[in-house]
Amino acid sequence: MRGSLRSGVSVLALAAWTSCTLAAPAAGEIQEQPLNVHAIVMFLIFVAATLGITYWAAKRTRTASDYYAAGGAITGTQNGLAIAGDYMSAATLLGITGLVYSKGYDGFIYGIAFFACWPIIMFLMAERLRNLGRFTFADITSYRLDQRKVRTMAAIGSLAVVVFYLIAQMVGAGQLIKLLFGLPYWLAVVVVGVMMVIYVTYGGMLATSWVQIIKACLLLGGGTIVLGLAMSQFGFNFETLAAKAVSVHKDGLKIMAPGNMLADPINAVGLGLGVMFGTAGLPHILMRFFTVPNARQARKSVFVATFCIGFFFCVVSLMGLSAIVIVGQNPAYFEGGNIAGTMIGGTNMPALHLAHAVGGNLLLGFLAAVAFATILAVVSGLALAGASALSHDIYANAIKLGKVSEGAEVRVSKMSSLGLGVLAVLLGILFENLNVAFTVGLAFGIAASCNFPVLFLSMYWKGLTTRGAVAGGLVGLISAVAIVVFSQAVWVTVLGNAKPLFPYEQPAIFSMPLAFFVCWLVSKLDTSAQAAKERAAFEDQYVRAQTGFGAAGAVSR
Amino acid sequence: MSTDVYERIRSNPKFAELVTKRTRFAVGLSILVLVIFYGFILVVAFAPTLLAKPLWTGAATTIAVPIGAGIIWFFWLLIGYYIYRANRDFDGINADIVKEAMK
Repeated sequence: MRGSLRSGVSVLALAAWTSCTLAAPAAGEIQEQPLNVHAIVMFLIFVAATLGITYWAAKRTRTASDYYAAGGAITGTQNGLAIAGDYMSAATLLGITGLVYSKGYDGFIYGIAFFACWPIIMFLMAERLRNLGRFTFADITSYRLDQRKVRTMAAIGSLAVVVFYLIAQMVGAGQLIKLLFGLPYWLAVVVVGVMMVIYVTYGGMLATSWVQIIKACLLLGGGTIVLGLAMSQFGFNFETLAAKAVSVHKDGLKIMAPGNMLADPINAVGLGLGVMFGTAGLPHILMRFFTVPNARQARKSVFVATFCIGFFFCVVSLMGLSAIVIVGQNPAYFEGGNIAGTMIGGTNMPALHLAHAVGGNLLLGFLAAVAFATILAVVSGLALAGASALSHDIYANAIKLGKVSEGAEVRVSKMSSLGLGVLAVLLGILFENLNVAFTVGLAFGIAASCNFPVLFLSMYWKGLTTRGAVAGGLVGLISAVAIVVFSQAVWVTVLGNAKPLFPYEQPAIFSMPLAFFVCWLVSKLDTSAQAAKERAAFEDQYVRAQTGFGAAGAVSR
Repeated sequence: MSTDVYERIRSNPKFAELVTKRTRFAVGLSILVLVIFYGFILVVAFAPTLLAKPLWTGAATTIAVPIGAGIIWFFWLLIGYYIYRANRDFDGINADIVKEAMK
């Protein structure tokens, strides 16, 4: 079955589904067939199913609590899958596979770093988040501090994270879909934007959660199938695979151990800090903890989510290693058939080529559809988090000081998600040809330096005052942005300067401690009457954080 | 929601006991995770060759592979252990404290 026939078929098929790319060689000789029918049919099935769910969810979404937090009625297992869905983006599937394919073990280290935040979130944050929060994480930071100032600050942090993350997702989506489905870039970006707005405005958190759950299952299932087929070529023996990969990879044995990617300790630790505490400050992840009825279900969510995430990182890493042998040695996947040359579609493609190599067009179409669905789900979670920051934090609490009807607040949220959808599409089109790799680092950097320090201190440190929180949050935000702008990724790669002004890529190692320090210093120096009142109010907050007594929706289930 | 109830919870000696126990447990596990993870990152940065040893003579698989996968799954087990302890030991005391304060 996998004889010479396969390579003959795959050359044709590959030519068919990549002929839309400008880089495809000798495109003129091959019949133009830019649409990948399998992928589009499977994607349409996903869209139809999720629209059905959105319709169902819309009928069940009446109150603000339904809209923002699915009425607190998501179970721990469901929420765990949804968290995994939020966290396992297309970038993880394609990026980590691609990284392992080219660098070997270094790619796996990324997976480990992205995993290591979860035990910390579990032990130090999950239960408190559930006990104190309602709709957004600013509910917690502003619990005893000035609603107007601290919420505005938190909303700015949330929106900055959401917008930078959205840019990365939109541009990635456009390029991927252009390549996989043969759709024009702008159309792909518009489709993603429209779907995201539909899910979020009509179905709120309930629909968004189910989109995440379905996508998580598809992603885990798809990855497992591809890996299973790939591993069957090595008799399901890791050593057989590793020995073959080492024998064909240009770096040989080096791919099985840490390489030079993280050789700089400042960047290595910076990456670890940024990923670990950035995740703990991502608004769309934090928001998920408010959708479960109580702390016990919040714990269960993390257990389920981390199982999926850990399993997934192992799967994608193994996919990358298998791709070294299966894809890397097959001329059909390289421009001009030169396996020492450029891979067709670029460095993010090993996962998809692998799917094609082991399962033909059907599996390729399936995995491509899954990647598209993944992007849709992640942008929906982001859009909901951004819209909630605008409506719940800025409009309802900072501007109207909480004196607003639920209906009006939800309406503002829906308008906000529409606005974010338009913004995301425009930015996606604007940045088509820009190297946007830095935006994800920036999003994590801001989350770790602006959102996380304020959130963490508000839960753990009695002494935090409004002035301290606002000053620390702003310093964290500005320093994280400044470091990324002056680093290699923006100053040189995007802006075209010769040398970076700042030698390190990872902002969190500098900006996060700085934010903590400023929060502490300004709070300590704050002797206002307001500050004294805020410190006194910590006691009640502390009891609620510890026991869950008085938590939103905690009694109902 | 009233401050009275919070006051009563706070003055219950069981509350102090719960908080001390649970905090010690959670912080202990967190420190373990941080030490393992940053220890691993520092080995990666400063002494990557330590991880390049083959698992057995002539093997392509290095000790880095089981160590990396081991970190992920050990962390997951720690999460499971935390949940086990929380469900078994802490939730009951927590519920008692709230019930007593509501009386």
